[in-house]
Amino acid sequence: MSVVSLQLGQCGNQIGGELFNLLIEDATKLNPQFFSKSVDSKVNHEYDCEVVERFFTRDKTGNSLNARAVMIDMESKAISQTLSQAKKSGKWCYPEGQQFCQKRGSGNNWAHGFLEHGPKSWERVLDMVQKEVEKCDRFCGFLIFMSLAGGTGSGVGAYITGSLRDEFPHSFILNQVVWPYGTGEVIVQNYNAILTLSHLYRCSDGIVILENDKLQNICSRLMNLKHISFKDINEVISHKLASVLQPVKLFSQGRDAGFYKHATSVRNLLGDLIEQVCPHPEYKLMTLKNIPQMSEKSLAYSTYTWTGLLKHLRQMLIADASMEEGIDWEVKIPVPSNPDGEDYHQRPGELPRLKTRFNKSIANLLVLRGVDVHKSDLASFTDPRLNASWVPSGCATTIWCHPRPFNNYEKSATLLSNSQTPVAPLNFVVQKAWNMFTSRAYVHQYLKYGMAEDHFVDSFAATEQIIKSYSSL
Amino acid sequence: MTQSIVVQVGQCGNQIGCRFWDLALREHASTNKNGIFDESLSSFFRNVDTRYKNPIDIPLGNSKQKIKSLKARAVMIDMEEGVVNEILKGPLRDVFDCQQLITDVSGSGNNWATGFMMYGQRYREQISEVIRHAAELCDCLQCFFLIHSMGGGTGSGLGTSVLNLLADEYTDVYRFTSAVYPSADDDVITSPYNSVLAMHQLTEYADCVLPIENQALVDICNKVSSALPPTKTGKKVYHQSSQCHIKASSAITSSDGGVKKGPEKPFDNMNNIAANLTLNMTSSSRFEGSLNVDLNEITMNLVPFPKLHYLVSSQTPLYSLTDVKLPPRRLDQMFSDAFSKDHQLIKADPKHSLYLACALMLRGNVEISDIRRNIERLKPSLHFIHWNQEGWKTGLCSVPPVGNPYSLLALSNNTCIRHTFGELKDRFMKLYKRKAHVHHYTHVDGMEASQFDSSIESLKWLIQEYETLEAQMGRTVEDIPRLKIA
Ligand SMILES: Nc1nc2c(ncn2[C@@H]2O[C@H](COP(=O)(O)OP(=O)(O)OP(=O)(O)O)[C@@H](O)[C@H]2O)c(=O)[nH]1
Ligand SMILES: Nc1nc2c(ncn2[C@@H]2O[C@H](COP(=O)(O)OP(=O)(O)O)[C@@H](O)[C@H]2O)c(=O)[nH]1
Ligand SMILES: [Mg+2]
Ligand SMILES: [Mg+2]
Repeated sequence: MSVVSLQLGQCGNQIGGELFNLLIEDATKLNPQFFSKSVDSKVNHEYDCEVVERFFTRDKTGNSLNARAVMIDMESKAISQTLSQAKKSGKWCYPEGQQFCQKRGSGNNWAHGFLEHGPKSWERVLDMVQKEVEKCDRFCGFLIFMSLAGGTGSGVGAYITGSLRDEFPHSFILNQVVWPYGTGEVIVQNYNAILTLSHLYRCSDGIVILENDKLQNICSRLMNLKHISFKDINEVISHKLASVLQPVKLFSQGRDAGFYKHATSVRNLLGDLIEQVCPHPEYKLMTLKNIPQMSEKSLAYSTYTWTGLLKHLRQMLIADASMEEGIDWEVKIPVPSNPDGEDYHQRPGELPRLKTRFNKSIANLLVLRGVDVHKSDLASFTDPRLNASWVPSGCATTIWCHPRPFNNYEKSATLLSNSQTPVAPLNFVVQKAWNMFTSRAYVHQYLKYGMAEDHFVDSFAATEQIIKSYSSL
Repeated sequence: MTQSIVVQVGQCGNQIGCRFWDLALREHASTNKNGIFDESLSSFFRNVDTRYKNPIDIPLGNSKQKIKSLKARAVMIDMEEGVVNEILKGPLRDVFDCQQLITDVSGSGNNWATGFMMYGQRYREQISEVIRHAAELCDCLQCFFLIHSMGGGTGSGLGTSVLNLLADEYTDVYRFTSAVYPSADDDVITSPYNSVLAMHQLTEYADCVLPIENQALVDICNKVSSALPPTKTGKKVYHQSSQCHIKASSAITSSDGGVKKGPEKPFDNMNNIAANLTLNMTSSSRFEGSLNVDLNEITMNLVPFPKLHYLVSSQTPLYSLTDVKLPPRRLDQMFSDAFSKDHQLIKADPKHSLYLACALMLRGNVEISDIRRNIERLKPSLHFIHWNQEGWKTGLCSVPPVGNPYSLLALSNNTCIRHTFGELKDRFMKLYKRKAHVHHYTHVDGMEASQFDSSIESLKWLIQEYETLEAQMGRTVEDIPRLKIA
């Protein structure tokens, strides 16, 4: 089944471009050393076909691939840059005529994007979207790339997500949002972020959060980069997203290597993902944790075992670590014999740790890719204590896998989790926005476009509610 | 892409404007190698077929047209002929045509009222017409850049009258003003009057004002020239260490590579600094980059309250070294310098006052992690207002300024500007207490004595606003109790 992507604003367009690039690179290039009995040319071909079906169309000649994407920005430079980069790849490009851009950007003003550009653009954007949807034999939903801090991705993005919801009430909509640096990069970023999140919460099925701070850390600590560009960061984002979005099969414990060769793939990937990870309308925020992550150079010298990878990944989940470095191993889940959590590691002279200190989940999707994936033992991820007590056990963790190594990693694991991870950044953003709002600084810039102060207050209330829901898990 | 129109008024405005056009041509020449009229050129220039008697614009189309003849999107206004005539005789004559200029012969006698009231009335229709013509040649007009001095009569008076006209006729086109403030020892005796009267208009009608102080420009020029190697004709000889070769053409004061030949005029170096400000501020909207800053983002991010739209600017480095292997230390130095008081375009010290907001606009070979590192490094030495502790706006444009590997333009909304305004107020009061020269103003038709009072009140109010904000400096930052959800 096919997914139609919408790339909004500079950030959305740059990330979309990088992602399609990776999807194709991964599908068409498999390191010969990874060919095996369970990953033969047939498996490989199937994989490639699935990637193409999901994210690309072939033109009439059958040679060149077009991304199933609509590009939207209110200024032209980011789109033209992304178009020319795609062309340079020589492997794929964007469909002609599926770019919507205006002349002047939204100027980091959510109200400008949401109240003015959004409504003005919608009709033509809808045309383009419909054209793209009609190209799909089986259409399963939308993937929307945007940032929270600017005016176009956030404002126009929120408007278009809402309008798509009305126009396609039964399609799945997944938003991928880039969280701005905590130390500030757009001065009104916190306003724009809460306005966007509160709107998306009403119309999106799921929101995947990617934080620039954490991504930059990954680039410097794990990828060993000195000068980190947005391209580097976007490659990490693409890796994380693609590790979930590439072809997968349902994991089935205790099978042999041959099993997955014949197992059918998860068809409605987007829909299944949303249904599994966002089962409750009050909880729609998702984050991605993956392991391993390293520079290409180190990749050649590293080997991993599934046991080791999964042990780390589980600890990253409960200790809420965004990368494998610096995980706090002291965080523990209380054992059943002592449900009050009295077995926390209390060091002499220190206060006992809070029993609820670990990162609780609503649901998790674990995706495993690579050599000997059938041998992994997943008991630690099916532990019901990972989740809020009211989550029915058995449906909280979904496991997908594929024996084909992903993006040159012999083995890799990614966790798409709906957990308490976003509470801290969300709290931070709401506090900063509130501090500013009580001085009414910058508010006039929004009122200029016909927004009312109440609109801010409603968004504050909505985001406070999200924080409260997650905190009280 | 959008277009902008530069409106240059008075002697100062036209002299800086002239440097701007020269440097803008130089910049585009160095990035545009194929001679095609592209979008980025179209933001300040038109492509014109001059074979016709009434030259017509060649539309941008699909950005495939050859450059025929470039015309500046400029409107030149002066009530004297000297400066404009000289420009029209000089090497830049081809980028202007006479439909774009409005001159008179008698000048404004350094009298704001003559400029604002008399000429403002007399030329309103004509100016409106010329600007309309320029605006109609734009496909999407986003911004007017007004360049003028505050101390004289034409720039300050007629310039702010044009500002009123723009506010009236083009409500949703941004109005940015580069305003040259007189130094304390300015030769125009009435400059404090003119400046205060003009400021009232700027406070009311501009979206964003970039004050530039002549003394600050002089100091920067001295700093640069003491570091530059002696010119062929110059006698200056000084010791130069062997590893430290300074590239003269990279200096922020330099005209090298422009069309202008021959001896430089006294103001030229200073004016190049002011001209570079407009270039650097617009670079991110003209050229590609991984984090674009459109012009409307500048006001959105830097103006928290409507009238507090005065921005202190600094540009670094002032020049670059010929050595291409730049150590990262120099990159970090560029960030540090942008916050030092001797790099600001007004005589003020933002480090010891309160930041309401700060934009860092980078050009060239700089990555996002370089910005983050430097923000974290500099943050502890700067004071930000309690509700905007993370008040940074960042931008990355991939095209560096001519002759440099990278550059930084810092724009700050900082309370230090109140000192500049306070001194201006004092100089105004010194004259106004004695009502010195006031009659020269009230003689002019339409000029009321009350204008003096309302203008100085407006200035006092502005100073008061910045003072009130600055009083919050150092206040312990506490989070404000939030909304409670039932
Ligand atoms: N990770 C990542 N973040 C980006 C990228 N480009 C921009 N951002 C982030 O996006 C936010 C700014 O939003 P933009 O996407 O530039 O804004 P926009 O949606 O184009 O909206 P306007 O320009 O205001 O009309 C900041 O938080 C940036 O750090 C990118 O390529 N990668
Ligand atoms: N930086 C700079 N300042 C100038 C220039 N020409 C005049 N000034 C300043 O402008 C003020 C006088 O205004 P001027 O522009 O001559 O008057 P106008 O022609 O009536 O607008 C004084 O403060 C001068 O120092 C110039 O080319 N560059
Ligand atoms: Mg943008
Ligand atoms: Mg003069």
